[in-house]
Amino acid sequence: MSLDEIYAGHDVDLVRVAARLRAAIRSDQVRDGATETHLYRRDASTMANKAGIVCFAESTGDVQAIVKIAAEFGVPFLARGSGTGLAGGAVPPPGAIVISTTKMNKIISVDPVSRMAWVEPGVLNLDLSKQIAHLGVHFAPDPSSQQTCSIGGNVANNSGGPHCLADGVTNAHIHGLEVVLPDGSVTILGGEEPEPDGFDLRGVFVGSEGMFGVATKVCVRLMQNPPDVATMLMDFASVSDGADLVSDIIAAGIVPAAVEMMDQLCLIAVEAFIHAGLPVEQAAALLIEVVGPAGGVAADVARISELATARNVGGVRIAADDTERALLWKGRKSAFGAIANIKPDYYLHDTVVPRNKLSGVLDQIYAIVEEYDLQVLNVFHAGDGNLHPLLVFDGKEPGVYERVHAAGRAIVKASVDAGGVLSGEHGIGLEKRDLMPLMFSETDLAAQADLRRAFDPHMLSNPDKVLPSPATCGEIHRVPEGAWI
Amino acid sequence: MDLTVEDFAADIGSTEPVTVVGLGTRATPPDDVRVVRPPVGIDWIQPAEMTIQCGAGTPVAEVAEALAEHGQQIPFPSGGTIGGALAVGHSGIRRLAYGAMRDALLQTHYVGSTGNLVKAGGPTVKNVSGFDLCRLMVGSRGTLGFLGDVILRTRPIAAHEQWFTSDRDPWELLTGLFRPTSVLWDGSATWVLLEGHEGDVTEMAETFALSPVDHAPELPSGGRWSMAPSELESLRVAPPRSFVAEIGVGVVHHTRPRPPRQADPVRAQLHARIKGEFDPTGRLNPGVDVLTVN
Repeated sequence: MSLDEIYAGHDVDLVRVAARLRAAIRSDQVRDGATETHLYRRDASTMANKAGIVCFAESTGDVQAIVKIAAEFGVPFLARGSGTGLAGGAVPPPGAIVISTTKMNKIISVDPVSRMAWVEPGVLNLDLSKQIAHLGVHFAPDPSSQQTCSIGGNVANNSGGPHCLADGVTNAHIHGLEVVLPDGSVTILGGEEPEPDGFDLRGVFVGSEGMFGVATKVCVRLMQNPPDVATMLMDFASVSDGADLVSDIIAAGIVPAAVEMMDQLCLIAVEAFIHAGLPVEQAAALLIEVVGPAGGVAADVARISELATARNVGGVRIAADDTERALLWKGRKSAFGAIANIKPDYYLHDTVVPRNKLSGVLDQIYAIVEEYDLQVLNVFHAGDGNLHPLLVFDGKEPGVYERVHAAGRAIVKASVDAGGVLSGEHGIGLEKRDLMPLMFSETDLAAQADLRRAFDPHMLSNPDKVLPSPATCGEIHRVPEGAWI
Repeated sequence: MDLTVEDFAADIGSTEPVTVVGLGTRATPPDDVRVVRPPVGIDWIQPAEMTIQCGAGTPVAEVAEALAEHGQQIPFPSGGTIGGALAVGHSGIRRLAYGAMRDALLQTHYVGSTGNLVKAGGPTVKNVSGFDLCRLMVGSRGTLGFLGDVILRTRPIAAHEQWFTSDRDPWELLTGLFRPTSVLWDGSATWVLLEGHEGDVTEMAETFALSPVDHAPELPSGGRWSMAPSELESLRVAPPRSFVAEIGVGVVHHTRPRPPRQADPVRAQLHARIKGEFDPTGRLNPGVDVLTVN
């Protein structure tokens, strides 16, 4: 089936589909008015489309009923958590059924001994860690949007976060999933046991961007809270010294819990926002956190300080207490809010490069941005080479979006050319779908399409994401018209 | 590598049943099936990236030795080849701290059923570009494709490590110690592996009255069971020394074979569709069924 045929699905009588949905689940859970379909037309990216029907699922049974009706009518559907995705992964295909999981927000069970919990997909990331904090455990993935993003969204995007350097991204923290497959059947992928029979279907479902079905329950791994923490802020007169220190630390056999970098423009913006005494006169700063028993933490702090001295570090500030630590992290995590002090709009990118290429690729990014007459703030997960260039601009300037997108593509290409990858944690979605050939051959993409087809033979589950058209046998590059808003 | 992945793909070809054998330590090749040897050798090690690239046929021991020179390691069980370990997907006894085998594979070039060479994943530790074919390959026992080369995530070797034994309840140690690397239990005694700063290891051992020992217990090899960690309590009534259980993980090394299990029909259908997409003629490792093999 081509994408054209799928899109033809929205020619079906959505009024009839809505009526069937209202008969299958409660009427007030099904909305097809202009307000809801308009509200759910987009996620946190700059792309938008138009939802056909919005359903607020409250149980696995609800999701199953909705998916079965979608399959019966051949209407595309997609699950949506908090809508904080940045790559357009939750932008509905035209006329699609949006299945909101926000009301599926219960923590079902917690086992603090085996350190796992079953939760519904609408549970918010930070809510989970807050509600289990008294047990001395937490959920490790911590995207900057963790106050609002959902566990289901984390599963769909294989989300990361500053503290994924040592402990890994979401896939390493999901034991099992209850899923509704695109034909409406329900099964468990993975589970509490370590070596379930068969293929690692849990592993391929995580990060499949809603194209393999809908997760309705999630068994997450919980991590023990560390007994000791040291948070260091180090500043540098040159970006490259800071970037090179990151490689030095890893090569020395130290894997900190987090290594984050902010460049000067970012430091200035954040300092104006939170007044934390950040080193605004310096070219860059590293926020480094090491955790564990006290002896190991002290040894790591001493060794990292030595390595930093060899890289001409300016100041070294070690958070004296939890209040100061929280302030430093607030600076890092509120960077995106702080940019309003510079320009009203921003476009956030997400690529990964080998750590030893950080310095060179950052130089390229500064050159690209200058070429396109834009400004950039860099605030990113330096420890795993995960760049987040924030292009800041005023959307009212004529032609600025063309420059922003051209600069963005040049940044992605520079990252891949340096031996990196398209995305470290935001996913491909619509945003980078047509850039996939930068990284993968037609044969590679065909294999990914094979896997997708096995899960979703009729291509109804969030159908227009991730794979560029040739691999999905259609011929359209249909980023929705007028999408860049 | 002694063989390029392109040459490996040519050896696999596009017709007739075929299998790949490394050192032959983990499985016996199917009868009357042409056997192909995988590429062997280390391409590079990048200590500051914590990555290594090698042929799938490279012995685990050779990789471990080369990485140790840089103070790094991979969390693979000893013996056999890298490709064999990944194809089977069984973790080693340090899984409690190091995670599953599937988390170690960052990128591979594998050969599919038509002899096509496919790249899966990417070279960096963090990557969410496209669907995760690497995780599909780990544990698929060569039924969907044969690994040619791989890029693996490495880990630093801890400054200090020590095995201990104790009469204490293993769950008390699991919850009381900070991130032990391994907790093993045979129904009466508990063994614990602690890693990290020497002072921290000594302090934790004193706090919990642990006695140092030279090595881990011998593991029964009659069967490898997979249980929810919370279900391991049921082994309290098992005959003494009939098992060694990985507490907090759920792998049980047993003297008896694992009892047979019935696959969920929905999942079995999904497996069949995946196999049908990746190997429609069933030429890759014919006769191997990942849902029933243990």
